[in-house]
Amino acid sequence: MPMTADSGKPSIIGLASAIFPLGLFIALLLCLPQVAAGNIFRVQLDWIPSLGITLSLVIDGLSLLFAIIICFVGFFVATYAASYLPGKPGLGRFYLYLNGFLLSMLGLVMADNILALFVFWELTTIISYLLIGYECELEAARQNARQALLVTGAGGLALLVGFLLLGNLANTYELSQIYFQSGKIKADPLYFAVLLMVFIGCFTKSAQVPFHFWLPNAMTAPTPISAFLHSATMVKAGIYLLARLHPILSDTTAWMATLVVVGGITAIIGSVLAIQALDSKRILAYTTIMALGMLTMFLGGKTTPALTAAMTFLMVHSLYKSSLFLVVGIIDHQTGTRMIDRIGGLLKPMPITAFAAAAAALSMAGFPLFFGFIGKEIMYKGALTEEMFPVFATSASLLANSLMTAAAGLLVIRPFLGHKRKTPLSPREAPWTMWLGPVCMGSLGLIFGIVPDWVGHWLIKPAVSAFHPSMEDIQLKLFYGINEPLLLSIVTLSLGIFLFWLSPPLRRFIGYILRHTPIRFEYIYTLGLDGIAKIAWAQTRLLQNGSLHRYLCIIIASVILGVGIPIFSSGAQFLFRIDFDPSSPGWLLVGIIAAAVVAVISARSRLLAICSLGVVGAGIAMLFLIYGAPDVALTQLLVETLTVIIVALVLLRLPRLGQRQLVPYAVKWGNAVLAVTIGMLITALILAVNRTPLDRSLTDYYEANSYIVAHGRNIVNVILVDFRSLDTLGEITVVALAGLAGYALIKKGKVE
Amino acid sequence: MRSLILKTATRLIVGLILIFSIYLLLRGHNAPGGGFSAALVAGTGFALFAIADGPAAVRQAIRTSPQKIAMGGIGLALIAGFLAQMTGQPFLTGLWWIWQNGRTSALAIGTPLLFDLGVFFTVLGTILTLLLALEEN
Repeated sequence: MPMTADSGKPSIIGLASAIFPLGLFIALLLCLPQVAAGNIFRVQLDWIPSLGITLSLVIDGLSLLFAIIICFVGFFVATYAASYLPGKPGLGRFYLYLNGFLLSMLGLVMADNILALFVFWELTTIISYLLIGYECELEAARQNARQALLVTGAGGLALLVGFLLLGNLANTYELSQIYFQSGKIKADPLYFAVLLMVFIGCFTKSAQVPFHFWLPNAMTAPTPISAFLHSATMVKAGIYLLARLHPILSDTTAWMATLVVVGGITAIIGSVLAIQALDSKRILAYTTIMALGMLTMFLGGKTTPALTAAMTFLMVHSLYKSSLFLVVGIIDHQTGTRMIDRIGGLLKPMPITAFAAAAAALSMAGFPLFFGFIGKEIMYKGALTEEMFPVFATSASLLANSLMTAAAGLLVIRPFLGHKRKTPLSPREAPWTMWLGPVCMGSLGLIFGIVPDWVGHWLIKPAVSAFHPSMEDIQLKLFYGINEPLLLSIVTLSLGIFLFWLSPPLRRFIGYILRHTPIRFEYIYTLGLDGIAKIAWAQTRLLQNGSLHRYLCIIIASVILGVGIPIFSSGAQFLFRIDFDPSSPGWLLVGIIAAAVVAVISARSRLLAICSLGVVGAGIAMLFLIYGAPDVALTQLLVETLTVIIVALVLLRLPRLGQRQLVPYAVKWGNAVLAVTIGMLITALILAVNRTPLDRSLTDYYEANSYIVAHGRNIVNVILVDFRSLDTLGEITVVALAGLAGYALIKKGKVE
Repeated sequence: MRSLILKTATRLIVGLILIFSIYLLLRGHNAPGGGFSAALVAGTGFALFAIADGPAAVRQAIRTSPQKIAMGGIGLALIAGFLAQMTGQPFLTGLWWIWQNGRTSALAIGTPLLFDLGVFFTVLGTILTLLLALEEN
């Protein structure tokens, strides 16, 4: 009997988690009438008032469009994953990341303060890292997660620089106030620096050439995550930011030319790569790169049709691409493979999935009556009216769209309609939780395609007017009459069908070119990473070879050089008068300490050495006691006791001392010189410190307020747990972490 | 080296050491002592216990993993900090409850004591983590 996928009984955690995005989605829908009427919702909380950072959230048309997409897709992805992932360990962790991502993404699109926006931006990067590496037992997952983190994280740092510059130019970090200073910012010579930094941030996040390589590799994430983060939401963050900053930074040659050229090239490269892939998930990833390129290209424009095209295509793409990702996940889950040349004839065993796939693919290919057709019409209208390079924009759109039509065919025609093939698992229909999302999104693609003016009025128009106020009326219509966009659409479809028919030789041809292309952007990344690893390795071998003796020597020598040279070269006077009082009991202690030091040096057994060292410590503790620091003395004494116990435990495991005299005399003398020098240096420093007059204002404050404010007579303790408790909190955290690290080291030695 | 004399004496001494450590912890606000010293004393007590009866007996006695004690300590310190924030004051501000005993004396108990307990458990947990790991190796 052939194997089938498990029944996919949905996990309760998953279904319960899905309620959260659903609730948010409904709440956002309730905002719709107000926002469509031109109103703005605004909340403001003080966050770091001393730095002027507020957590101000704004819902306008643009944020609402993104937020609705995020919650809508988020809901279906959560339901879907309930059946896709159960049985795997760490499902709770998965949903924690998923909902954490949802919130960060919502924060990103609603933040009005650019520094808050940056924090949310980085949160999405980090959660994306955790999700790509979700199956962390796979080497590829870990590597790809790290690649995505490094590429988008580096872009994030550039973005931070851009934001800080922008904030300085405008003298505020609130976007709603920066808008008014657009003219001043564009006239400033630093404008280009801001632009460059913002572009690097957006291009890395939204996978534009030459940073696009991380996105296909991010496909090691579980499929619902690819559908959510890497097609519908996170990769659109760059697009969102370009739209958000459009009224501030756009309208210059630099803005328009860069976005149109980079976006156009990305779109072409993405769609060409899509045609040659066989893994259906990679095809989707490459077509996502293509879509992101198109969006970037349209945001380079400044005419209403171009910007409307960007927002419409954004929505079209989110609907069909998430749906297709989820379909590919279903195929993978139910048949055990997702290579398009290994599946076929799935229509009969999986009719519901086939319907969803067909609806999404027809929208992607841009057939009339589907939302994708509307998107394509408006895209051509936008491309023809681009301010810069309209011919390039139109031809890039035409080529990329035709290739995308062919890719849609590749994804659906053979797998569902072709003749049946043997797959690892015998295919059968997916559980309802899995097909619910694709079916709903596919149907919406059809409904929106038939009555587009509804979407146009409620979502697209408010979104565009949020960042492009001086606009003509926007209307999405099924049929505008016989005009250039319609002709271009017809050409696209025919060309797409032709390319699909031609796809096997085309795939071989592109594959041949790719194999013989000398430079790939991913190689530069790999080279850089390897170089860093090699340098790190070399300096670790040199400085941290595992010998504690060498560590100590390096540390002490650096202190001598770093502290000693500046002091003695500054010409400070080091003539001290030492009060010699022979009757002081201190001298007795000094004598004991000196004798113990001699015992440490000449000891023949480690135990004797460590006990003698304990005597040194106890002697110093006594000195503290004599000179009126009982708390320090107590602590010193206790630490010495514990140190002796712990070090004795360690030393019992080491070979006996004195049996082999392997240490050469030169090294011994070197040690002696280092030890004596550091001792003299520290003594000189302490004497010098004692000679400077003490500023007593802080001490006086503590003395005066210790009992009155903090109800304690022991000033040392009051300082530790009350006046400066934040320091203590940091210190105990360090103590606990050091303990964990030590534990790991001890246990590691045991395992090996 | 499981000596019967050491074992028997340890039973008694460890108890005394732990009581002394609690005493140090509580008096710390007014006289030498406090969470850090108290934890060192308690750690020494447990070290003695571990030498006499072996690390397994210590693990049984503390009933939970030392790492959890350390993390719980940080948790207590954070709670002490957030309590102040909940009343609208800056993080880690000391809050005090003064309990009047007649007219002459009063007892002041506040979040700094909770914080000091956090220090105590963090340091004790860390000492135990390392000590037991070394003993068991």
